[in-house]
Amino acid sequence: MSDFLRDYLTVGLFAAAPFVLVGLMLGLGALLRPNRRQAQKYIPYESGVDPVGFEWSQSQVRYYIFAVLFVMFDVEAVFIFPWATRLEAYGLFGLIEMLIFVFILLLGLIYAWRKGVLRWV
Amino acid sequence: MSTASMTAAALVDPVLGFELAYWQQTTIKVVLALVIVPTATAIVVQTFLFKMMAGMQSRMGPMEAGPYGALQLMADGLKFIQKELLAPSAADRRVYALAPVVSLIATFMVFVVIPVGPNGFAANLRTGIFYALAVSSLSVVGVLMAGWSSANKYALIGGIRAGGQLIAYELPLVLAVIGVVIQAGSLNLQDIVVAQHSGEIFGWGGIGSPYIITQFVGFLLFMISIQAELTQPPFDMPVAESEVVGGWQVEYSGLQFLFFYIAEFGAAFGFSAIASTLFLGGWAIPFVDLDAGIMHIVGPLVLFGKTMAVAFLIFWVRFSYPRFREDQLQQFAWKFLIPLALANIVVTGILKVVF
Repeated sequence: MSDFLRDYLTVGLFAAAPFVLVGLMLGLGALLRPNRRQAQKYIPYESGVDPVGFEWSQSQVRYYIFAVLFVMFDVEAVFIFPWATRLEAYGLFGLIEMLIFVFILLLGLIYAWRKGVLRWV
Repeated sequence: MSTASMTAAALVDPVLGFELAYWQQTTIKVVLALVIVPTATAIVVQTFLFKMMAGMQSRMGPMEAGPYGALQLMADGLKFIQKELLAPSAADRRVYALAPVVSLIATFMVFVVIPVGPNGFAANLRTGIFYALAVSSLSVVGVLMAGWSSANKYALIGGIRAGGQLIAYELPLVLAVIGVVIQAGSLNLQDIVVAQHSGEIFGWGGIGSPYIITQFVGFLLFMISIQAELTQPPFDMPVAESEVVGGWQVEYSGLQFLFFYIAEFGAAFGFSAIASTLFLGGWAIPFVDLDAGIMHIVGPLVLFGKTMAVAFLIFWVRFSYPRFREDQLQQFAWKFLIPLALANIVVTGILKVVF
């Protein structure tokens, strides 16, 4: 196996490590913790009073537009990273190219700002 | 010292002096991670949350368990492990049980790329810092899972608030790092450490070039963003106890609550380690050769010291400022931090090309 794949195998093993930690601790806890079922323990917590309405209540997502803007800037970041590592080689040409790219995306932010979507609605 | 040669050298253990197979090395590393992440959490909580917070608020902090309360966390751990695990009857049980694990996964995966010495890393990924930022944002998935699956109004509101906050501050975090990447010319964290050690600030190479000096704006942006990513005050709107009673954590009890705790403060330690690697020179110390044999032992200690210094800043801010309102928090990210981060990239790029 190449070093490259091996490194990512290590990453995968690190991602699996929490399952071991959680399994060990929950397994140990199972020997120690009580398990006494009472109906009152399983009602949703609403500051100590009886819950109002249905458990699966709905809430308004007020900033979905931020999520759209986030995708825009996150993709920008993905493009900037490889450019940033090679800036010395690209020199002035690369710099001007990226300035144009950043400027266009900044226009998007300014447009959203002027439209008032960055306000809490 | 190139990346390729270091990866090959990693197969021969410099301290033990004999070769370890890949699976032996990796087993040691995974077991070490299983010990280090909870230990790091314990150190952060004991030093900062118990004692430093108490000192800043003119109290004693925990004093009963052990000398000066040194065993308080043992007592807390014993308490957590004896608590009954509860889930609301309407909860989506599988997602509810998996959410703390997902948060822990995000924390553990960040630790993979942090270099602690000349050969001290779990995996010397070429994408280094890019990978770290990508996996750290997995934590938002765990938070949304917890908030949604609890079938609780506080949890849902807290989870959605957290989602909005984490994506808003992800951007200044990512963009602040680009300044460092431009200066170092590499994404690999080991290369960034080497570049800071051998760097020069406008021709003066006295102490190398720790990027906190040349990238001070980037450092500030990074610190503000990790404060928000960790939902520490003043950015603790999603878990505000006086409004949403702990937000997405409200229904969790016992060990499952502890897992969120480990994920949060383990991530605080991990992010502090990344901040000290990016801006303070990582495990290297000025005037000491990077390949010197002693760095295998001193390196991790140096990194630990720098990490604690950065974590001190995080918790100092945490104890000093009142909470942001939700709309102020979003506007601060979008109207101030992101334009500032873009300006920082442009200025760094121009200076890099001109000089």
